[in-house]
Amino acid sequence: MSDHDHHDEGNGISRRRVLECMTWAGTGVLWTVTGGVPHSLGMVGSAQAAEATGMTFLQISDSHVGFDKPANPNALGTLEEAINKVRAMPAKPSFMIHTGDITHLSKAQEFDDAERIISQAKLDVHYVPGEHDIIDEEIKLYKERYGRGTKGGGWYSFDAGGVHFVGLVNVANLKGGGLGSLGNDQLEWLEDDLKGKSKSTPVVLFAHIPLWTVYPQWGWGTEDGARALDYVKGFGSVTVLNGHIHQVMQKVEGNVTFHTARSTAFPQPAPGTAPSPGPMKVEDAKLRSLLGVASINFKQNNQPLAIIDTPLQG
Amino acid sequence: MTLVTRRSLGILSLGFAAAAASILRPKSAHAEDIAVHIDNFVFEPQQLTVKVGQTVTWTNRDDIPHTVVCAGKFRSKTMDTDGTFTFTFATAGEYKYFCSLHPHMQGVVKVE
Repeated sequence: MSDHDHHDEGNGISRRRVLECMTWAGTGVLWTVTGGVPHSLGMVGSAQAAEATGMTFLQISDSHVGFDKPANPNALGTLEEAINKVRAMPAKPSFMIHTGDITHLSKAQEFDDAERIISQAKLDVHYVPGEHDIIDEEIKLYKERYGRGTKGGGWYSFDAGGVHFVGLVNVANLKGGGLGSLGNDQLEWLEDDLKGKSKSTPVVLFAHIPLWTVYPQWGWGTEDGARALDYVKGFGSVTVLNGHIHQVMQKVEGNVTFHTARSTAFPQPAPGTAPSPGPMKVEDAKLRSLLGVASINFKQNNQPLAIIDTPLQG
Repeated sequence: MTLVTRRSLGILSLGFAAAAASILRPKSAHAEDIAVHIDNFVFEPQQLTVKVGQTVTWTNRDDIPHTVVCAGKFRSKTMDTDGTFTFTFATAGEYKYFCSLHPHMQGVVKVE
């Protein structure tokens, strides 16, 4: 929270603005990078975002376009609400990442609807697939739309604002009894991809299923995620961004910060608090407080990472 | 059986049961289907013993899609809510299967 104060630059935060920011917990996370440390600015559309210095990007996740069950009969509508929040942001983020489950059933219409809404943000979007995006036989629809320029099952890396971003795929070729999986080919590629990088380069890994073990009983983890994390051990700043579990969860381990984003479609229960990880039906009035996006700001001066997520509605 | 798939219900009501069943399940030697339900990300019953030639129908009763995959043996399309998948076991053996979307979901059919 102290960010706003330090980077106020004379833009006083009106009471209204602060309230606006409070209403945003859950739409997306806005991230910013200044001098190597990714920094979450919290709610999209918040006063913080307006005052961000350094590179800022946005994370949205699990839009499940096509989902129409009681937990949220209009997942496309809440995605649109999230994107409207993004459009209203006073400072435009550099780009957006989508950590998967764009669609609910990998149908062409669902992909088209998602694209129609998400493109209204007028931002470059870097996608990784969730298991719901690769349901069709040959993963044709996802690959046609988002697979261009990617390797293997859809993984890739790019650089922006001095930060090295790596999009990983851990939802394909899963084995019975197992968790999310990256597979040997992808891990070898990752090792090679990181080889030439200076250890002072901030690294952001993003994938659908959490790369760390959140709750294996519900499949919330990646069986070979530890190998990926081994390759980033020497780097000064590593941020791991995931979706899949439809709730914010965060931990910091040495140089690595792990963070999961809210869904824009429906919430899921906290680990072990329900018979299954299925969609959680909440009172209508409460739904938007559990959906959201995240913004991330990479800050200079090695300030500690602070990730604040923003719901669609407080 | 309390569980009848919509498809077979429709067919039965049209009175083409015998002909249609032989098209849908050419190897089926038994009239009744055996049901496995998916509730709360669990196959129920998780273990099942059937006889050669018997048919099992899986029904997804979750609000999330699931699949039924037995490596090299059978692979359902994705079943949305109330979706079903039917497989007739022509050969004895142990068939371990799982949901390819949620691989922690596992079940086994023993065919005698």
